[in-house]
Amino acid sequence: MLTAWTQIFKRDLLIAFRRRSEIIHPLIFFVMVISLFPLAIGDDKVLLQKIAPAIIWVTALLATMLSLDNLFRSDFEDGSLEQMTLLKTPLSFLVTAKITAHWFITGLPLILITPLLAVLLYLPVDTISMLLLTLLLGTPTLSLIGAVGIALTVGLRQGGVILSLLILPLYIPVLIFATLALQNTEQGFSAEAQLAMMLAILVLAITLSPFAIAAALKVSLN
Amino acid sequence: MRLLASITRLYHQFASPPYFYRLSGLWLPYIMGLFALLFVAGLYGGLILAPVDYEQGEAYRIIYVHVPAAWMSLFIYMVMAITGGISLIWRLKLAEIVMISSAPIGASFTFLALVTGSIWGKPMWNTWWVWDARLTSELLLLFLYFGVMALYNAIEDKRTAARAVAILALVGVVNIPIIHYSVEWWNTLHQGPTITKFDKPSIHLSMLIPLLIMAVAFKLFYIGNLFMRVRTELLVREQKSKWVAKLLESNS
Repeated sequence: MLTAWTQIFKRDLLIAFRRRSEIIHPLIFFVMVISLFPLAIGDDKVLLQKIAPAIIWVTALLATMLSLDNLFRSDFEDGSLEQMTLLKTPLSFLVTAKITAHWFITGLPLILITPLLAVLLYLPVDTISMLLLTLLLGTPTLSLIGAVGIALTVGLRQGGVILSLLILPLYIPVLIFATLALQNTEQGFSAEAQLAMMLAILVLAITLSPFAIAAALKVSLN
Repeated sequence: MRLLASITRLYHQFASPPYFYRLSGLWLPYIMGLFALLFVAGLYGGLILAPVDYEQGEAYRIIYVHVPAAWMSLFIYMVMAITGGISLIWRLKLAEIVMISSAPIGASFTFLALVTGSIWGKPMWNTWWVWDARLTSELLLLFLYFGVMALYNAIEDKRTAARAVAILALVGVVNIPIIHYSVEWWNTLHQGPTITKFDKPSIHLSMLIPLLIMAVAFKLFYIGNLFMRVRTELLVREQKSKWVAKLLESNS
């Protein structure tokens, strides 16, 4: 059971490193969209500093959603997803391998590049560390929830737009708690409650969403 | 055991398309008639008999549409999730159709609740829209309905589409409380609930009774509307089956 998991995990990482564009494109998107904001707003240090957490979080949300597009697509098209459903190991367990690999490819680089962007938006240092913490707790949840949407739409031609309709409303709790935590930090309050909620949502997403993803994939493979 | 057996039999009978089509056709006029009666009674009670509110004046009377619509918006989502679960487990065609047919009605009620809330907000809060917790979660509920409808329309095979929608509805129902409470903590301006405290409602009885009548009327409207939609959908889906052919023969 665990060997199948590690096999899929390694395979997905290997594929990603052979096709680096999959790692780099969402990152470029992330950097570009964030740099659009100062250009649109003007070099207003106070304002930028105030809305920087919101900008970074909304953009991270969109970048995660866009990067999810190729989570199941190639496996769906070449039939390896069908083979996975035939394995003795339950599909709901195997998809967690794919999602974990995907988070390492897209979520982690996004977190690593964030300090740079936060400096561009004049965020103070202690807010940056909180920003990284919220991203660390939040992006896995985004990947898990988004995977449900992508599993439902993987067989569709115009899946992209529908995907955003399906999962953006589900992303809102994560967005709210993350930005609340950042606001609290900026005002000098403790953000423990929000972080605890984010962790709780993550645990809930880890336990429940694999089943929904597996069921949705089976519907899409039908 | 006998009782259980007869209940299961009744259940399967009711879920069979021709039986449902015939029975719903018989019930429909009564449901819609009762709806019209209660609707007029509720409106009369709410708009004319109920006293003027000491704080909000006449403007509060919009609750007789706003609150039942808001209740329905959540209720219909629950119906969708439950019928979605049933259709995933037992593959009942009727449950699928009930789920799908509920989505546009639910979206309409959600939209109605938002519009009436906005009209109510103008004299009360002096603004059409505030990013208040309940308004926002109602708006997000509307988005969830849109997602359900978009997904159903995007998948060509309607049985596959129904299964996909069922999963989405179940995922949504798990998320609704999370979304609700996250938004609640985020911001609150809306007045607290006045009806749910059943032990001692903070609303006067003469205002409460028309509201409850309206709530029942809205439910009946939903059921009637649902029956009409389900009947049409059944005819479309089963157009090649014998009972539809027979029905057409007897009608022509």
